[in-house]
Amino acid sequence: MMLTVLILLPLLGAVVTAFVPGALARLVGLGFAAATLLAGVVTATRYDVGGGMQLTETHVWIESLGVHYALGVDGLGLLMVLLTVVLVPIVLLAGWKESDEPGNSGAKAFFAWTLALEAMSLAVFTATDVLLFYVVFEATLIPAYFLIGGFGRAGRGRAATKFLIYQLAGGLIMLASVIGLYVVSADAGNPSFLISDLAAIDIDPVTQRWLFVGFFIAFAIKAPMFPVHTWLADTTEKATTGTSVLLVCILDKIGTFGMLRFCLGLLPDASQWATPVVVVLALISIIYGALVAIGQDDVLRLIGLTSLSHFGFIVLGIFVFSSTGSAGAILYMVNHGIATALMFLVAGFLIRRTGTASIREMGGVEKAAPVLAGFFLVGGLAAAGLPGLSPFVSEMMVIIAAFDHHWLVGSVAVLAIVLAAFYALWMYQRTMTGPGREGAAVVPDLDRREVGILAPLLLALVLFGFYPMPLLDVINPFVQDSLASVGIGQEGGPQ
Amino acid sequence: MTEFVKPSIQYFELWPLLAVFGVACLGVVIEAFAPRAVRYTAQVTVALLGLVGALVGVVLVARDVQSYDDGAARGILAVGGTIAVDGPSLFIWGLVLSLAIAGVLLFAERHLDGGVSAFAGQAATVPGTDAETAAIAANSEHTEVYPLMMFAVFGMMLFPAANDLLTMFVGLEVLSLPLYLLSGLARRRRLLSQEAALKYFLLGAFSSGFFLYGAALLYGYAGSMDFAAINEAVRNDVGSSSLLLIGTGLLSVGLLFKVGAVPFQAWTPDVYQGAPTPVVAFMSAGTKVAAFGALMRLFYVALGADRWSWQPMLWIIAILSMFVGAALAITQSDIKRLLAYSSVAHTGFILTGVLGVQASDQLAVGEITSLQAVLFYLVTYGFATIGAFAVVSLVRDSGGETTAIDRWAGLGKESPVVAAVFAFFLLAMAGIPLTSGFVGKLAVFSAALAAGAWPVVVAAVLASIVAAFLYVRVIKVMYFDEPVGAGPSVAYPSVLTATTIAVGAALTLVLGVIPGPVLDLAGVAGEFIR
Repeated sequence: MMLTVLILLPLLGAVVTAFVPGALARLVGLGFAAATLLAGVVTATRYDVGGGMQLTETHVWIESLGVHYALGVDGLGLLMVLLTVVLVPIVLLAGWKESDEPGNSGAKAFFAWTLALEAMSLAVFTATDVLLFYVVFEATLIPAYFLIGGFGRAGRGRAATKFLIYQLAGGLIMLASVIGLYVVSADAGNPSFLISDLAAIDIDPVTQRWLFVGFFIAFAIKAPMFPVHTWLADTTEKATTGTSVLLVCILDKIGTFGMLRFCLGLLPDASQWATPVVVVLALISIIYGALVAIGQDDVLRLIGLTSLSHFGFIVLGIFVFSSTGSAGAILYMVNHGIATALMFLVAGFLIRRTGTASIREMGGVEKAAPVLAGFFLVGGLAAAGLPGLSPFVSEMMVIIAAFDHHWLVGSVAVLAIVLAAFYALWMYQRTMTGPGREGAAVVPDLDRREVGILAPLLLALVLFGFYPMPLLDVINPFVQDSLASVGIGQEGGPQ
Repeated sequence: MTEFVKPSIQYFELWPLLAVFGVACLGVVIEAFAPRAVRYTAQVTVALLGLVGALVGVVLVARDVQSYDDGAARGILAVGGTIAVDGPSLFIWGLVLSLAIAGVLLFAERHLDGGVSAFAGQAATVPGTDAETAAIAANSEHTEVYPLMMFAVFGMMLFPAANDLLTMFVGLEVLSLPLYLLSGLARRRRLLSQEAALKYFLLGAFSSGFFLYGAALLYGYAGSMDFAAINEAVRNDVGSSSLLLIGTGLLSVGLLFKVGAVPFQAWTPDVYQGAPTPVVAFMSAGTKVAAFGALMRLFYVALGADRWSWQPMLWIIAILSMFVGAALAITQSDIKRLLAYSSVAHTGFILTGVLGVQASDQLAVGEITSLQAVLFYLVTYGFATIGAFAVVSLVRDSGGETTAIDRWAGLGKESPVVAAVFAFFLLAMAGIPLTSGFVGKLAVFSAALAAGAWPVVVAAVLASIVAAFLYVRVIKVMYFDEPVGAGPSVAYPSVLTATTIAVGAALTLVLGVIPGPVLDLAGVAGEFIR
């Protein structure tokens, strides 16, 4: 029941927020987000770090098709749930004033859609039935579409459409594979979509490969990976930064989450078969994302594209099939969520002050707004993998695993650290240092609300930078289970 | 010469059919004798009562035919074996009657256009003449539309229940002729409407001719019009197989024309655009349901043993329909034409389910059957379509309904509820989860994939992506584009249209969230009786 409550709370919140009078909507919405955060924390305390699928509940949903309403969390799911419930209140606070400004669709709509998105995302991370997963996976797109299209800069309608079409295309390709799994289970005598039932079936390798391709394309679009990443920068450029946090830090995680749960969990042979191609694509994403980010003039495009590079790292960590790599990838998913959220939100505050997102038109902000500049610098350094901040730990783990996999893979991945330092520091230098732009108004520093929004993220970056053990304790049992299903023991070699 | 045997008529089992036919005839009598002032009220009441009575009859008969059980199929052959009253027939009857009730509500709507219905004051007057002006000034309206619609409903019920080729042809004609007439009766833009009716009639008459020719050839092959006898002949491989193949092909032309499959889709955009919107709503939903019922009965019952001949043809037609429908829909600038091409694409999706038929011994226990999948899809499609067209009838400007898509810009701000409901119907047609359209697609794709038709399923998935684009584009226009000029206005409907839209939207949501009961009902309907 715990997980159902966790999903229903924000869903109820979305409905209530949509119908209460305008003045109350924000408070009610934030209240529901806080309650969900609380429910998430309670879920975490009830979770036993020993691993395995926990807090499960299973009910038949559509009997004729073998579909179940089945929920459960394991280490991976729990971390994603926590990331979601923590980020959503922060996003709501960040959008407190902005969403109500003329030209946007209003705070009420922003709060309601965000809560709806939270509910669907939580369902995605806790679903243990393939069709239920698919249903909520697609359902996340509707709130996301209206968040992108309703709030942000001119041209967002186009960006929203592009986003939705990309995601729907991926989803529909995945649908073919989902139905394929159903047919496989029906042929095996028990038509069912339950992951536990499907994992017990020995699917023949050729079928596995076809199913893998369908799932992987969908998750690669979601993640995003080269060459299906082109929706990413357009979306982050036009949407508000709050929306971008929801999309990049929460929704995109579904891509890598799905790779772990479905590609590795259900189709292990095909996952190993596809490794060479996936690793190369991941490397291209890492390098290409960083290079393209360097060339951007728009702060929000730049931050969006750095995520392409980061997701390359995550996918690389998953597909080198070692315990270090997998654990590093999952840790990376959490750290990337925190660091990128910080970057987006600071950039959002900055752009509201300067009135432009163009790096060329900014400059000298650090004199007038030292606190803002400080947060911006920490965010940038976190993205660049500075030791002492949490992304460093996960990046190192993935790179070590990459060297174990093949020295060439590791060498290419290491290059990205240099590139990341370059894009982060160069952006800082051009926007924050030097003389201010002539004739520009003085940029006021962050107020207390804004500092309050950013502080938890900063704390988390530092805390997990020095002490990642609590996260790794949750991750490691999952990684062992996951690798065992692929047929790889803890040392990284075949069993 | 055999002696003529009077067929016995099973009045109880045929009660729904007879009720609708009786009400249609009663409507003609009312039209002849009732004073003008009371005709509207009388016709609407009689039509609604008749349809509800028939629907009750369907439920009663459905409970009763459970006792005639021969394993997979349940039902009886009535009137000397010409009408099959079995699970699928009753399911389709129930669906057609429900859609027809919604149709009557839309026909009866008078609030949208200043107190008159959507039909021409006097269809016989030439557009633009004094006679027309006089008819408009007199506020006259055609109440014949109700009996005409009842005849069409009767045809839609007879068509899928027909168990021989002649009865099927009669059903086809009875369903089509009133629709040709109704298409030409629009109050506004009458020339367009009359053009649509003429096109529909000419092409429809052609396709009926093909059907009849095919029936004759099949009779030549099997020596009988009866489906069971044709099936027997196919099994025993009597006669010339070229007669069988050509006959099958010609019959397919007739049926595929009615469902609007490529390459017989040319009439759909013109008719959907020109015909009065309530007629389009009823016709697009009802005809497709009835025609797919008939198509499946012909292919599964009469030609089931010859599956390997017609399945490849359906593969090609399904793939073509999906792609041509979706691709041409994108290029449309008129919402009714867009929905017309989208219905062509949906025909392709439904055909994907139809061609996913397997022999019952090949099905795994508990696996969804193709008939079950198609019946469910028809329910989802029917209610989403009728609801969507009902919404189209609300959006107006000074010249009546405004169907140009770019005139819909800003509808999201002008009327959030109407825009949200329409967006919801579009999402259902796109097959987004938590709408009925998703479960429908899931069902037909599952059936097709289980039968090994994976190329069709892959094509269907790709076509769905194209189709998704076109629906999303309309949503974008409604919500995120700036309105042109004064922007669209929304006419406030009476309770009639509002009910139809609300029921359509509610069913679309419910069937998306808890599809179990209806899926099970389609499963319980069982197979066609032979």
